Amino acid sequence: MTVHHARRRAVAALAGGLLSPRIAAQSLREIRDATGRRITLPAQVKRVYAAGPPASVLAFAVAPDKLIGWTTPFRDAERPFVATKYADLPTLGRLTGRGNTANVEVVLAARPDVIVDYGAVTPTFASLAERVQQQTGIPYVLLDGSFDRMAESIRAFGEIAGERARAADLARYAEETIGGITRRVASIARERRPRVYYGRGPRGLDTGLAGSINVESIERVGAVNVAAELGTGGLVQVSLEQVLRWDPDVIVTTDPNFNASVRRDPLWQGISAVKAGRIHLAPAVPFGWVDFPPSVNRLIGLHWLTRVLYPDVFAEDLRPKVRDYYVRFYHQAPTEAQLDALLAGVPR
Amino acid sequence: MTRRAALATVLAGTAILGALLAAFAIGRYPIGPSDLALVLWAKATGTSHGLPPTVETVIFGVRGPRVLGALAIGAALAAAGAAYQSLFRNPLVSPDILGVSAGSAVGAVLGIFLSQPVVVIQALAFVGGLAAVALVYMVANAVRGHDPLLVLVLAGVVIGALGGAIIALVKYLADPYNQLPAITFWLLGSLAAATPGDVATAMPAVLIGLLPLFLLRWRINVLALGDEEARALGVEATVVRTVVIAAATLMTAAAVSIAGIVGWVGLLVPHLARLVAGPEFSRLLPTSVAFGSAFLLGVDTLARSLARIEIPLGVLTAFVGTPLFLWQLVVARRSWQ
Repeated sequence: MTVHHARRRAVAALAGGLLSPRIAAQSLREIRDATGRRITLPAQVKRVYAAGPPASVLAFAVAPDKLIGWTTPFRDAERPFVATKYADLPTLGRLTGRGNTANVEVVLAARPDVIVDYGAVTPTFASLAERVQQQTGIPYVLLDGSFDRMAESIRAFGEIAGERARAADLARYAEETIGGITRRVASIARERRPRVYYGRGPRGLDTGLAGSINVESIERVGAVNVAAELGTGGLVQVSLEQVLRWDPDVIVTTDPNFNASVRRDPLWQGISAVKAGRIHLAPAVPFGWVDFPPSVNRLIGLHWLTRVLYPDVFAEDLRPKVRDYYVRFYHQAPTEAQLDALLAGVPR
Repeated sequence: MTRRAALATVLAGTAILGALLAAFAIGRYPIGPSDLALVLWAKATGTSHGLPPTVETVIFGVRGPRVLGALAIGAALAAAGAAYQSLFRNPLVSPDILGVSAGSAVGAVLGIFLSQPVVVIQALAFVGGLAAVALVYMVANAVRGHDPLLVLVLAGVVIGALGGAIIALVKYLADPYNQLPAITFWLLGSLAAATPGDVATAMPAVLIGLLPLFLLRWRINVLALGDEEARALGVEATVVRTVVIAAATLMTAAAVSIAGIVGWVGLLVPHLARLVAGPEFSRLLPTSVAFGSAFLLGVDTLARSLARIEIPLGVLTAFVGTPLFLWQLVVARRSWQ
């Protein structure tokens, strides 16, 4: 993204008629967002409204003191991982794409300097952003949520929120994590990469096809997604018969109920992953590690996935990595008990 | 037995047998007919078949329950539909007219929303279906001085709409990443995950529901003439109606709780059965049961074999059901006149 520091009086005068007087009184700058829209921002952004869960996690990581609220309230299990002053921020609802829960008046009352969304940058989302911007007069910036652009989007958000130093640190972390893992995985022979079944839903029979955002992390760490042979797409249902036929080496799930039942269910016992006890429940507090929301929270999931999928190659202890990540991105070191709970499913 | 009834029985028997053979031979896990025969023979004689244990798991743990589940659910929905169409003297009635599906859906959706295990989700769906119809029945009883059938149907529509609103609200509040897809998949209906346990729980409920319909088959026939006429013939309409509603609700709630929402079967199959067996309920019921079993088994076999992923059952019943329904509308103008 290119950021222009064009403090042009002309733009200020022009925008002054459209935007609130408070903003008009300040000096302005113009940026171009991931969809190529030119957006005029106040020079000093103090209050950020994140339009959806992915943007919330990004904003919380880079500029926690400028985040003005969450899109969904924290659940009891998630809350202890986030400092009280952040966890107690109000729930403002989401304003992204389909299924808005935010009341535009509530968003306006929270007086954000900018609305940021982080995810798909299709013409649909660009036009939705444009509409909200016209309706509210608040600049609405879209950032590219894909894995490959993660570092870039972190830096762009740092520019917007005026948190360049922290953004640079986190972006470097993202680059090193993704780059380092890609390099190390490249040295693992094809036949030593496990065939992974990703089971979602209460019965574990919903899975992600090749290229779906759900299995992006699994594919990113070089494992074989067994459902990829069905084609590319999103989340689909499969039958147990199909899973038996795939006979995966490892099962990764996000559902605690399925994680518990699959170990007892006689029908699943013939599967290699179950026989070998290689069933892994992805940690999900305060934000999911492998799947959703698709944001910077998935970085720690990459470390976790390589540890459970390639225990010989990635043999190092996850504890310091998790502690380091939580301090950097979530601004609070987990307690030893919290670390134990997060890493309960990881073989020692 | 008339020629027509004999024809119906033969047709239905052939249909079920064909669907059964196809269902056991087709699936994502490749099992040849000889392996299938080998495993069945080994099971019957208690000997060893020498094949990988997974083959046995697929046949008895996955495909078997699915086939039985499809047969039971098809029978339940078709029988409930046939009973309601006679009871309400209306060809457009389906088993969910009194809100059983909506109630079950509310129960299941709440279970998913509260992240409950599958058994609890199923139990909530079952209880939700029964509760919705009980509510409809109480509302209809409280309203006096109107046509009782009309009041029942109206109350069913209203409670069904309320259920729809609750479902929409829960979907709106649900976690869009984990719960919403699960809710959506549940509402589309599927037998992909039917386990032997599911079938073992649903089967008795279906049989218990079928029994009173069978025992009351003559009275249900008389009821189709109208309440006054029935009373003149010594049939107490209110009592029969209550029993029929209770039986149909029990079956439908059991079906929906393990398969999700599967539409069309309860509306379409009684029409097809009527085409062959005529409107007389004592013949319509067994034919509907047979056709319903065969229809759902056939559609479920398609659902798991047409594409490499599962096709939701509720989607496929509509795709298969619509042309069939239109065809029978053209052919069977006489059956309701």
